[in-house]
Amino acid sequence: MSATTTEAFRLELRDWLEANCPEEMRDGGVTEDSICWGGKDWVFTSEAQKVWLERCAAKGYTVPTWPKEYGGAGLSRDEEKIFLQEMGRINARPPLQSFGIWMLGPALLHFGTHEQKLHYLPPIARGEIRWCQGYSEPNAGSDLANVQTRGEDKGDHWLVNGQKIWTSYADKADWIFALVRTDRDAPKHKGISFLLCDMEQAGVETRPIKMISGISPFCETFFTDAVIPKDQIVGEENKGWDVAKYLLTHEREMISGGGQGLAGGRAIGAVLSDTMEEMDATLRADAMRCEIDSLAIGLTLERYKDQAEAGQGAGDASAMLKYMGTELNKQRHELMMSAGGSDALEWDGPLGNRAGDWLRTKANSIEGGTSEVMLSIVSRRVLGLPA
Amino acid sequence: MKLVMSEEETMLADMARGFLDSAAPVSKLREMRDAGVTHDAALWKEMADMGWAGVLVPEDAGGSDMGFAAANVIAREMGKTLAVSPFISTAVIAATALRSVSDARARDALARIASGEATYALAVDEGIKFDPDATQLEAKASGNGFTLNGKKQFVVDGANADRLLVLARTENGLTLFDIPSDRAGIERTASNMIDARDAARIEFTDVEATGDDVLGSVDQAMDVLRPALEAGQAALAAEMAGLSAGAFEMTVGYLKERKQFGVEIGRFQALQHRAAHLWCETEVTASAILNAGRMLDEDPENAGLAVSLAKAKATATAKLAVIEGVQMHGGIGMTDAYDMGFYMKRARVGAEWLGDFAYHAERVAAARGF
Repeated sequence: MSATTTEAFRLELRDWLEANCPEEMRDGGVTEDSICWGGKDWVFTSEAQKVWLERCAAKGYTVPTWPKEYGGAGLSRDEEKIFLQEMGRINARPPLQSFGIWMLGPALLHFGTHEQKLHYLPPIARGEIRWCQGYSEPNAGSDLANVQTRGEDKGDHWLVNGQKIWTSYADKADWIFALVRTDRDAPKHKGISFLLCDMEQAGVETRPIKMISGISPFCETFFTDAVIPKDQIVGEENKGWDVAKYLLTHEREMISGGGQGLAGGRAIGAVLSDTMEEMDATLRADAMRCEIDSLAIGLTLERYKDQAEAGQGAGDASAMLKYMGTELNKQRHELMMSAGGSDALEWDGPLGNRAGDWLRTKANSIEGGTSEVMLSIVSRRVLGLPA
Repeated sequence: MKLVMSEEETMLADMARGFLDSAAPVSKLREMRDAGVTHDAALWKEMADMGWAGVLVPEDAGGSDMGFAAANVIAREMGKTLAVSPFISTAVIAATALRSVSDARARDALARIASGEATYALAVDEGIKFDPDATQLEAKASGNGFTLNGKKQFVVDGANADRLLVLARTENGLTLFDIPSDRAGIERTASNMIDARDAARIEFTDVEATGDDVLGSVDQAMDVLRPALEAGQAALAAEMAGLSAGAFEMTVGYLKERKQFGVEIGRFQALQHRAAHLWCETEVTASAILNAGRMLDEDPENAGLAVSLAKAKATATAKLAVIEGVQMHGGIGMTDAYDMGFYMKRARVGAEWLGDFAYHAERVAAARGF
C-alpha cells in the first residue's frame, strides 16, 4: 500500500468515525459493563451502543479483516493498523466483542466450507448470534484431548451426550462449538470432531458456576440426547483436533492481549498514580518492570502480526504470547491492588470492582491452556527438548 | 514501520554469522585474553573492508550507510560469539556523533572511521555509574582554546583507541571534545576487566584543546551526544541480545546431550520450563531491539523510549540467560575451560555500560509519565 493510499484511507476513516461514532462510545470501553457481546437475547445498554454496532456492522468494521462477503471490511494488515490507531485516537469502544469473532470466526475462515462461512460468519459480524466454547470437561482440562462427550452416529445427525465445564457465558450464548468424541476406539486425538450446536433445544442445559471473583461467567453445560445435524461439522469427522488446536492459537492470542503498543494504552505507573499520589520506591520499581515487560510484549504482538503478513512463520508464538501476556496481566492487577490499598478490598467500594478484576485475572494463566502447558509446548516444539 | 527483518537484514545477519563463526569465535576471545591482548587490528580491518566500520558513515565519505537497524543486526551477531572489536564505540557512537556535525573535519573523521584507520572511545563516566549530567572533568577556557583537567573511568575501548570523545564541563554546560588519545597530558591506564575486553581509566592533566577539537557547539554537548548515546545503547542492547542467544543455544544443546539418572537432563520438566521461559524472554527482547532500530532510522527525535526499553530489557534477559546457563550446565559451567563464563562476564559489563537497568527503567518510566 503506497503512502498516498494509506493517507487517503486514514482520512476517509477518520471522517467516517467522526460522523458515526456516538459520543458515549468514546470512553475506551474498559469496563466489563461496557462490552457489547451481541446475541439473540442481547439487551443494549444504551441507544448509542445499538447505533454504534449497527453502523460498524454495515461497514464491516466489527470484523475489519474478514472478507467482505462474510461480513468484514476486507482490510489488509496495514489498513487494520490504521483502523486500530484511528479507533484509539478517539478512544472508541470496540463495537462488538465475542467468541464468534475471536475464536470460531478464524477457525471457520480456515477450515469451513464456503457455504458454512456464508451461513455462520455474517450473523457473528452483525452481533446476531452469540457463541460459546465447549472444550473443557471435568476430566479434560490440561489434557484436553481426553474429552469424553460422545456423539453417536444416527445417519443424518449425531446424538450427543456428556458434560462440558468452564464454558464461558454458556448461559447467555445461542450456539456452542464443541469437541465431541465421535470415534471411541481411535487414539484420543484421532476420534474427536468439531461440531456446531444450536443451544435452543431440550437436550442442552447450562448451569452457572460462582467464581472467587463473585460472578459467574463460567458454566457447566450438559448434553442429553442433543441433536446435531451432520452438516454442522467443521473440518472432517474425527479430525476435529486440528480445528481445535488452530482455534486455540487464536484463543491464546486473545487472552494474552496483555501488552499494548508503544503508542496506545495507559502506563501502569499512571494507573497506579490514580489512587496513590506518591508511589513508594518498591511499588514504583515493580511498576517500571511491569511497564517494560508490557511494552516489550506489545511490540512482540505487533512483530508477530507483521511477520505473519510477510509470510514469515512465528512457530508456536501463540503459546509464548499467552504465557507472557497472562503472567504479566496477573502482575499488573497485583500492582493495582497494592496501589488501591484498603480501598481495593471492598466489593463495589471506592474503586469499583477492582478486587473482582484482580481475582478474575488469576484464571488468565489457566484458561485456554495453563502457563505450564504453554511452557511445555515451547519446550517441545520450539526448543526440541525430548518429551 | 514494520517490525519484521527485511531481506537485506536477514542476508546481512547470515553473512555476519558466517564471518564471525570463523574469524571471531569465543575461542578467539579466549586466546586474546590469555595473551593479554584487547584489540585485534587485523580483525577490525577486515570488518571495515566488509563495510561494518562505515555502517553509519554516509556513502560520500566512504561508508556503507546501512542505518541503525543494520548496525544492530551486526552487533547482535557479534554478541553471539563475543567478538572483540571497537564496533559500538567507533562505528556506532563516534560515527553518529560525527554525523550530526556537518563540517569538513567531521567528514574526514568519518572517512577514517569507515576505512578502519581511526578507532574511537567515548569517555563519559567519572563515577561508578553512567551519569553524563554529573560530569566534573573541567575544560577551562584559556586563550583561544581549553585546558582539560579531570578523570574518567570505564572508558570502553579506551586503552587502544586512536581518538577519544571526551565529555567535559565548560562554563555554561557540557562540551564534547574529539581529541587524539596520545595528546600531551593524557594518561591512560588499561583496566583489567572481567570480560577481558578493553576499558581504561584516563587522567587528563592540563590537556590543551582548541576550538576545532570541539564536536558540535560549546556548552551544547547533548545535541551531538544524545543521538550518539542512543545509537550506542541500542547497539549494545542488540549485542546483549546476541549474547543471550549464544548462551541460550549452548544451554539447550547441553540439555539435549548431558545425561543423568540415565536420561538426557532436557527430559526433566523443571529444566524444560525454565529453558522455555528464557526463550520467551529472548523473543520479547528481540522485538524491543528491532523496534529501537526502526525508531532510530525512521523517527530519531522520538527514539529515546524505544532505546531505553531495549537496553533495559536486553540487560535483564542477558542476566537471566547467563545465570540459567551456568546453573543448567552445573559444575562444568563454573570452569574457566568452558565458554559459559565468558558470556556471564560480558553480560555483567554490558549491563553497566551506557546506563544500567535502573537508569533505563527510570527513563522508560519518565517517558511513560510516571
